[in-house]
Amino acid sequence: MEANKTYPDPSAIREELVQKYPAKVAKKRTKSIIINDPEAVPEVQANVRTVPGIITQRGCSYAGCKGVVLGPTRDIVNITHGPIGCSFYSWLTRRNQTKPETDADANFITYCFSTDMQEENIVFGGEKKLKVAIQEAYDLFHPKSIAIFSTCPVGLIGDDVHAAAREMKEKLGDCNVFGFSCEGYRGVSQSAGHHIANNGVFKHMVGRNNEKKEGKFRLNLLGEYNIGGDAFEIERIFKKCGITLVSSFSGNSTVGQLENAHMADLNVIMCHRSINYMGEMMETKYGIPWMKINFVGAESSAKSLRRIAQYFGDEELKARVEEVIAEELPKVKAVIDEIRPRTEGKTAMLFVGGSRAHHYQDLFTELGMTTVAAGYEFAHRDDYEGREVLPGIKIDADSKNIEELKVEADPELYKPRKSEAELEALKAEGLEINGYEGMMKQMMKKSMVVDDISHYESEKLIEIYKPDIFCAGIKEKYVVQKMGVPLKQLHSYDYGGPYTGFEGAVNFYRDIDRMVNNPVWKLIKAPWETAAAEMDGALEATYTEA
Amino acid sequence: MLLRHTTSEVKEREGLTINPAKTCQPIGAMYAALGIHGCLPHSHGSQGCCAYHRSTLTRHYKEPVMAATSSFTEGASVFGGQANLLAAIDTIFSVYDPDIIAVHSTCLSETIGDDLQQITRKALDDGKIPEGKYVIYASTPSFIGSHVTGYANMVAGMAAQFAVSTGEKKDQVNLVAGWMEPSDMRELKRISKEMGAKVVLFPDTSDVLDAPQTGKHVFYPKGGVTVPELKSTGDSKFTLALGCISAEPAAIALDKKCSVPFETVDMPIGLSATDRFIMALSKAAGVKVPDSITAERGRLVDVMTDMEQYFHGKKVALFGDPDQLIPLTEFLLDLGMKPRHIVSGTPGGRFDKRMKEILERAPGANFKNGLNADMFLLHQWIKNEPVDLLIGNTYGKYIARDEDIPFVRFGFPILDRIGHSYFPSVGYSGGLRIVEKILGVLMDRQDMTAKEEKFELVM
Repeated sequence: MEANKTYPDPSAIREELVQKYPAKVAKKRTKSIIINDPEAVPEVQANVRTVPGIITQRGCSYAGCKGVVLGPTRDIVNITHGPIGCSFYSWLTRRNQTKPETDADANFITYCFSTDMQEENIVFGGEKKLKVAIQEAYDLFHPKSIAIFSTCPVGLIGDDVHAAAREMKEKLGDCNVFGFSCEGYRGVSQSAGHHIANNGVFKHMVGRNNEKKEGKFRLNLLGEYNIGGDAFEIERIFKKCGITLVSSFSGNSTVGQLENAHMADLNVIMCHRSINYMGEMMETKYGIPWMKINFVGAESSAKSLRRIAQYFGDEELKARVEEVIAEELPKVKAVIDEIRPRTEGKTAMLFVGGSRAHHYQDLFTELGMTTVAAGYEFAHRDDYEGREVLPGIKIDADSKNIEELKVEADPELYKPRKSEAELEALKAEGLEINGYEGMMKQMMKKSMVVDDISHYESEKLIEIYKPDIFCAGIKEKYVVQKMGVPLKQLHSYDYGGPYTGFEGAVNFYRDIDRMVNNPVWKLIKAPWETAAAEMDGALEATYTEA
Repeated sequence: MLLRHTTSEVKEREGLTINPAKTCQPIGAMYAALGIHGCLPHSHGSQGCCAYHRSTLTRHYKEPVMAATSSFTEGASVFGGQANLLAAIDTIFSVYDPDIIAVHSTCLSETIGDDLQQITRKALDDGKIPEGKYVIYASTPSFIGSHVTGYANMVAGMAAQFAVSTGEKKDQVNLVAGWMEPSDMRELKRISKEMGAKVVLFPDTSDVLDAPQTGKHVFYPKGGVTVPELKSTGDSKFTLALGCISAEPAAIALDKKCSVPFETVDMPIGLSATDRFIMALSKAAGVKVPDSITAERGRLVDVMTDMEQYFHGKKVALFGDPDQLIPLTEFLLDLGMKPRHIVSGTPGGRFDKRMKEILERAPGANFKNGLNADMFLLHQWIKNEPVDLLIGNTYGKYIARDEDIPFVRFGFPILDRIGHSYFPSVGYSGGLRIVEKILGVLMDRQDMTAKEEKFELVM
């Protein structure tokens, strides 16, 4: 495939993408299809209801809560309260890797727990069955924590999972039991579930253990879910730099780590969309500042490490970070030099997630590839345009239904890690504290930004731009590949990874090189379909003795 | 250990299902609807259902799985989903232009009491369904039965809503496919053709979920049973339902609506069940069994006799769906193997009865289906009485690795291997494939673990 050196005119494309929709739908979709200008970022309609029937990438609140945020913690028993499906589909499918320290440590990630609600539970209520299930889980496994996740019917029939959880917590004594009202219909996408999960983890887990662990530079890694081992690579780099990871939220994490997270001195945020609430709430309650970082991309990883060192303001740490970068980057650079001639000038599209469509652009840039169009599946305006738009975002009926916790400074545990003056000084040095500038400022002028892209729109965009690679998820994977365009899954990484840090960057470069230059894409047409095959000539014997 | 908390002590559970051997109705309905040509399945519920079902089917087939959703939010859940479904129908016909939308419900829409029949009628009255297009529906509440039930309900729905009795009988037999792979459906059509039997097979996902790579995405691939074919099922002289749980409800629907007589046979998996199917088809279609089919059978029996020593007395644990487990267990017994532990999350007294009859040949075997018949229980049984072979869907790999058991993937979903959509497991050649797969893992095990002095060249 040849790289597209010139790009189509985006204004005409916008029209074309909505042409086939009923008028009302077209009007609504137009507000989510934006031509980018990084200098004057235009408003993107985001986090609004998906039009029924449109074929969306989006999932539900339960998926965001149980699947994304709570799923990766290994020693918690996550019971899905509902009919069997929801627990089944979220069973091991997100590739959250975890590594218990010993063979004796608890690990429930490979298990699926459900109350398997039946018709009688829908009619007469399911609380009783839920309490029995909690008791049975406790008797069998004696976990430190049991979390309950509500599926759609639970909220409708009025089961009070929180009351059931409180009752069982008291009854069991040594097991922390809590519930989540993350019914699939709440909000407009997975995003609602992230928020609900943040609230629950903050309320029921964080702050339960005030023990101050060793380590000079202690931080939490927020919004990193250890898909394909991403968190392992970041852990490796932190360790090398002498940075102590108190807890990750929540890749490769344990209940104990989450309960102790408030003793860290900094929160660094990978996926802003799914976990920014936690950063904000911990800042308010405990005085821990948060900082957006990105360990996707070698340069971005180096930059993130420097930011962390700058925050702690320790010369020794700064020097150590530079040493680590100097050791790691040349290895990465060598691979880029080898691969880049084969990827330079090619184009990519990313329609995925709530942060990945932004982060992965850095890796493509390192390969000399251009992102011509991108968008999120479930992000909000601040993830596109930057957090400065937050005060202007209208709260609609769907967002109103998601609880906003009232958080106040903890009378005992609130301790500002940095004084106002220190924070101001850091900001003056260019360090963005408690901020995120969003995706669009980094994207080129006239690139396309589409929120909650539909199947129809993505197929049109591919026809028009003919990108060399398309990044999305499993539902889109084979649709796009049937069009002759390789699709990189950025939820599951096509079962590869890790893609974070320095080693992850190398993995990604190699995978993209393999995908965009794979000989199989040239073999799609049969020889008799391509050449004016000479198939009708007479068959003559060669060795006939005539 | 991957399943380190599973112990051998079996305790009765009433509330908690652990590692289910089933999933919910709507995914079965979605799969069945993909077996109609030009059909877009539609999930009437919140977005997550549709996303989960599409993801699981896509992982199983490595193929596009197109389906739409009513995208319920809290408002729809309170006020009813009619407006969402009507809007969806409008959007779908404008943008994706299917011939048919096949709507299935979810636990959400069932709990609030949405009536799909009433809403689809309203769509018709409001002129939202273009001329010559159809919207069909099936009620598939997730809190009843399993994914198999949902499949059965959608297949019954397509029969009931399309079949027409014109009064003029056709010389054709309806073949209702139980939940099986596109490869199996293709094989059933081949066998019927070989026998000279004229059949209408439905649903038919061959050439839909095994579509070729052409560089072009065909939204509605060329396969699938067509509307004229479905309509004609009402005039067929007989219906053969392949599977008492997943196929029979459609046969009953055809009998009720169009007085088409029917017989239910097991899904033709393995020797004996295939024998019964061939005889039933021969009788229903009024055709003789050709020598070519007898030869196919002979090849399977030949391998069974040639290799009997490797099967004999081997203990097997299996899990999966009723219409597969019934004939598969019988086949294992025909091979001289010993089924020891079997679970299926799908409930059903008839299933239970059939299994118990078959297992009379396997004294002391454990069998449980329905509530709490899950893979955790199966694993506990295995810990109490170890087996030589495990057969089931991909989730079995965790047990297989922990307990070091040779593992054959069979059933739904298979998320980590290919083959099921291309190579059939039904019919005599399907039997050969099953035998080959079982022998492969058992003999590989022998090769890898035999002492050097006991290592065999010829086996």
